[in-house]
Amino acid sequence: MRACGVPAPAPAPAAPPGVTAALVAVLFLGLIVTAAVAAPPEPPSGLVWQDVPNDAGRAVMLEWKPSPADSARRVTAYVLERATAPGGPWTFVDSVTADKHEKKDQGVRRNTEYYYRVTASGPDGLTPALSVTGPVMAKSEWFNRTRWSVLVAIAMFFAFVLWFISQAQAGKKPFVRRIPGIDAIEEAVGRATEMGRGVLFVPGIRDINDIQTVAGLVILESVARLTAKYETPITVPVTYPIPFTIAEEMVKGGYLHAGRADQYDPNSVRFISPEQFAYVAAVTGIMLRERPAAHIFMGAFYAESLLLAETGFATGAIQVAATANVHQLPFFVVACDYTLIGEELYAASAYLSGDPKLVGSLKGGDLLKIAAIIVVVVGCVLESGHIHWLTQWMVTQ
Amino acid sequence: MKRELPLFLTAVIGIFMILSFFVPHQLVSVPADFLQQCAVIMVAFGYVLGGANVLRVNFDGIYKQKPGWIYKIVLVVALIATVVVGAVEGPGFLNPGTRSKWIYDNIYSNMSATMFALLAFFIASAAFRAFRIRTAEAGLLAVAALIVMLGRVPLSNALTGWLPEWARLQTVQEWIMEFPQNAAKRAILMGAALGVMATGLRVILGLERSYLSGED
Repeated sequence: MRACGVPAPAPAPAAPPGVTAALVAVLFLGLIVTAAVAAPPEPPSGLVWQDVPNDAGRAVMLEWKPSPADSARRVTAYVLERATAPGGPWTFVDSVTADKHEKKDQGVRRNTEYYYRVTASGPDGLTPALSVTGPVMAKSEWFNRTRWSVLVAIAMFFAFVLWFISQAQAGKKPFVRRIPGIDAIEEAVGRATEMGRGVLFVPGIRDINDIQTVAGLVILESVARLTAKYETPITVPVTYPIPFTIAEEMVKGGYLHAGRADQYDPNSVRFISPEQFAYVAAVTGIMLRERPAAHIFMGAFYAESLLLAETGFATGAIQVAATANVHQLPFFVVACDYTLIGEELYAASAYLSGDPKLVGSLKGGDLLKIAAIIVVVVGCVLESGHIHWLTQWMVTQ
Repeated sequence: MKRELPLFLTAVIGIFMILSFFVPHQLVSVPADFLQQCAVIMVAFGYVLGGANVLRVNFDGIYKQKPGWIYKIVLVVALIATVVVGAVEGPGFLNPGTRSKWIYDNIYSNMSATMFALLAFFIASAAFRAFRIRTAEAGLLAVAALIVMLGRVPLSNALTGWLPEWARLQTVQEWIMEFPQNAAKRAILMGAALGVMATGLRVILGLERSYLSGED
């Protein structure tokens, strides 16, 4: 009786001795190639450094030649390390992808010598570094040479402004064209007074480090004077704490200058929130609940510009807006009765005050504008003639 | 002295900060960085004043039962609850799994997104008014807008694909955006940049001093 099961395989025919030798050779070569591929990539070479120019001595530029294994795509990243002694201990600085062969180390200390090494990393491991570069020391420079053009422009501007201010002090009041948008502020306050409703002043949504906020707050003082004069309530919702305290001073100052210090309402300036849409919710709520008859938007605005201006439009209030944020200007132009464009925001305080010294600063700006137009035209001519020195001189870092 | 000292400090620090733009050396950059850190600390103190103002204005509204006073109660309760939860959780209060993170994800973010979403409706109503052709300039604006909007969608190929390259809507809209639009935008930006310089100079030189106080 035979046991049931899988039949035993028939014995394979014996291979000729030559074929066996060839198979063994192929297998052996395969093993060698596999071993070679499985090894970490060869190290990169030629690591050189350069102090980053025109900086405060806090950065070093490092460049290296790629690993020979880079072309075979066996390198996935280069790893940069540094130490304060050639023998280590080594600290990881950063890693870059295989297609990059340079890295700026921006974390160095001043007056400290460093040593760098670079290694190649691949799927089969990390290669040992070929060499160590150093000592490397970043230097702090006294002047950023790429900013000469800015320095010249600022020096010219200061000279123009100071000259016009001295002219103004000598009694020559410069002419400034009429700006209907600024004239409309008094009209708006007057209309709110006639309707027995308040004025809403929005000084933008940025902090005091944005000069547009400064410009808006300076205008607020003039608006507060008007509201004090007409005995019209004013509401100023503010996003950040520092503009909030300055806005309080501005409104207080406006009432004081108008001789109505006793009418100042401490709740007229309100801190809302630095969060953009929380601020929008609060301001649109004020528009809809308290129904101010005049809305004045002066400062830096972003996506909230249309939300505020359209809600204000729906309430039927007279609206005057000013911003230097180019992308928000169309929204204000559509939704507001008057819009101050770009530089008019910065001119408003000088225009409103009528102070010859402040107006002199506007004329200085105008003169620099003429200089800028001349530079643009000359630049176009030079570039058309393949002469690039002016353009290169104006590039800053 | 009450006005002179702030004006003097403003002038000195203003000129020093301008100097730091040109001089990267540590003798200038380190104090400049320090001054900027001081500003951050001052802002932190400012939030205390801001918080006090929020409570004062809203308690006043609740006490006098001004219109919408019920919502002021919601605001005050939400403010106190958020601050307390954040204070109890301490550093890392916005890490995943914390209550503060839950408030942020499930309440704040949703309300913020809702406000932002309203923009779509406001753009529609504003565009409707902007493109009403009442004057020659408004007509020009409407035509330019139509070309730019059509030129940026595949429909423009179907409409003008058979025309020579220069006459296609896509080419025309690219020209409008690249030349007239860019030129106008850059002119406004250059004017605004000069305005920034003028305002900064007025503040540094003490010509613009209304931000200090109401007293002359």
